Amino acid sequence: MSDRLPGFSTLAVHAGAQPDPTTGARATPIYQTTSFVFNDADHAASLFGLQAFGNIYTRIGNPTNAVLEERVAALEGGTAALAVASGHAAQVVVLQQLLQPGDEFIAARKLYGGSINQFTHAFKSFGWNVVWADPDDIASFERAVTPRTKAIFIESIANPGGSITDIEAISTVARKAGVPLIVDNTLASPYLIRPIDHGADIVVHSLTKFLGGHGNSLGGIIVDAGTFDWSTGGKYPMLSEPRPEYHGIRLQETFGNFAFAIACRVLGLRDLGPALSPFNAFMILTGIETLPLRMQRHCDNAKAVAEFLAGHPAVASVSYAGLPSDKYHQLARKYAPKGAGAVFTFSLKGGYDAGVNLVSKLQLFSHLANVGDTRSLVIHPASTTHSQLDDAAKVKSGAGPDVVRLSIGIEDKEDLIADLEQALGA
Amino acid sequence: MNHDAYPDNYIRGILNGVKSIAMVGASPINVRPSYFAFKYLAQRGYDMIPVNPGHVGKELLGKPFVASLSDIGRPVDMIDIFRNSSHLMPVVEEALTLDPLPKVIWMQLGARDDAAAAKAESVGIKVVMNRCPKIEYGRLSSEISWMGVNSRTLSSKRAPAPTQGMRLSLNRMSVGGGDTAASDRAAKNKSEQS
Repeated sequence: MSDRLPGFSTLAVHAGAQPDPTTGARATPIYQTTSFVFNDADHAASLFGLQAFGNIYTRIGNPTNAVLEERVAALEGGTAALAVASGHAAQVVVLQQLLQPGDEFIAARKLYGGSINQFTHAFKSFGWNVVWADPDDIASFERAVTPRTKAIFIESIANPGGSITDIEAISTVARKAGVPLIVDNTLASPYLIRPIDHGADIVVHSLTKFLGGHGNSLGGIIVDAGTFDWSTGGKYPMLSEPRPEYHGIRLQETFGNFAFAIACRVLGLRDLGPALSPFNAFMILTGIETLPLRMQRHCDNAKAVAEFLAGHPAVASVSYAGLPSDKYHQLARKYAPKGAGAVFTFSLKGGYDAGVNLVSKLQLFSHLANVGDTRSLVIHPASTTHSQLDDAAKVKSGAGPDVVRLSIGIEDKEDLIADLEQALGA
Repeated sequence: MNHDAYPDNYIRGILNGVKSIAMVGASPINVRPSYFAFKYLAQRGYDMIPVNPGHVGKELLGKPFVASLSDIGRPVDMIDIFRNSSHLMPVVEEALTLDPLPKVIWMQLGARDDAAAAKAESVGIKVVMNRCPKIEYGRLSSEISWMGVNSRTLSSKRAPAPTQGMRLSLNRMSVGGGDTAASDRAAKNKSEQS
């Protein structure tokens, strides 16, 4: 009954979940069902008309997924969330609510390679035009603003190099331009950085990474900060104008500060269809319960490994914001004081061949295209995640030919260092 | 009362305490928010009275419309106003002529008039602005969680499965109270600019 604020770890375990009203089950049940019965015709009509709380069909909402949604919204400090099938799906659904064909959005040049591809190619075919800006040069975002700009998109900790983005500075640009700031918080997780506290209006995640944390389930999520006023100037008609598919309902008027999450659900997920499996939602929820424990261990291990690599004669440079010598260290201290994440890159003096050699010799690190697993992972971005970029774009996004990316797991750090030592040594 | 951020206990006290609610601006059109807020609150057991001079002689879900607050002819606990911010003051002034006075004046999501609020509060009436009682009821009972909304409450208790016409417990543990800090800040900035 009190208004005392529970801590992050309490929310990670409890937010959104309660004993099942029907059975008393304490763990969140997997509601593995496509559909839900209506009480009567009037109840059905109320649900379809967005007039009543309740479940219709798992492509629109599911009770297991709803627990996941509320939990991540609580951890991020948002008003509501929508879980979808993947991080990529989250990005499509978000931008569908914001952009009309011919509109633009500004994106940081340093992004996950898959996002760069999605923005450059797939979204271009929808008439959504990406304009790139440099997160190390805030003025480049200001210069990129035009009357057609509808959003700004950045990563809090940028893939692959683990650089830290100055979210507050870019949120000032977004506010001035009258557009929402979207932050992909995948590599930080809300345990390290809560972008809404720094001015983000929308947060997206690949749940596949640290939130789920065990490398077993794909998922994505959209968190509505409840901070953006969609009603001004008819710029965001999906939110401000009467929706013909819902008998003329205006989402902002009806749903207030969680209207964006509702738009993503009833206009995005419903019509585009990338629903998250309730089973995956259950797996990810289970992962989130230990997020604070895992994330701290990930960061502590990453710092130890980065320090080891920085002192190794075969290593040319280490790009990890947790190291005091790193270019992004001051930003890391401001935005991520508990740790600078666990995904970073380093480059080898021996260049491309040395990178390939290292990857092949590692025994504990798994060579694969994912991050944020309990297991330590390694990849050579230039030949994989970022391979579809041209050479100049590879270097600009921090994935030059000599660069190796690590995602540090929660094993014993001594074992990780020993594995790197043997692989670098010979 | 700080109208930029309401403590959960304030809203909870109101929704647990009031029994009758007169809704000014209630609409018979079933896609209007006032219609489905009216319907929801009636289903949760509140004694609902639709007030709208344009529909006198008709009924809303079996309740006859009245033209004005003074036509209700019996005491009401709460006035819920579904009008734009610019039309709130006359309704509040009319509410202040009622005898007995209502205990609560609630202004809908998007509606805010600080001068009208101050007037009502000066005679001991509790005021809520820019909130929806349906959303708040759904939030405090956690029913709204079904839509992925952050209820900002927690509970380890087994809740009864909700059925139509049933009151739900609003007594879950609050997470900070009211809206999120970020959305409260944004709303405050907006109200200061206007």
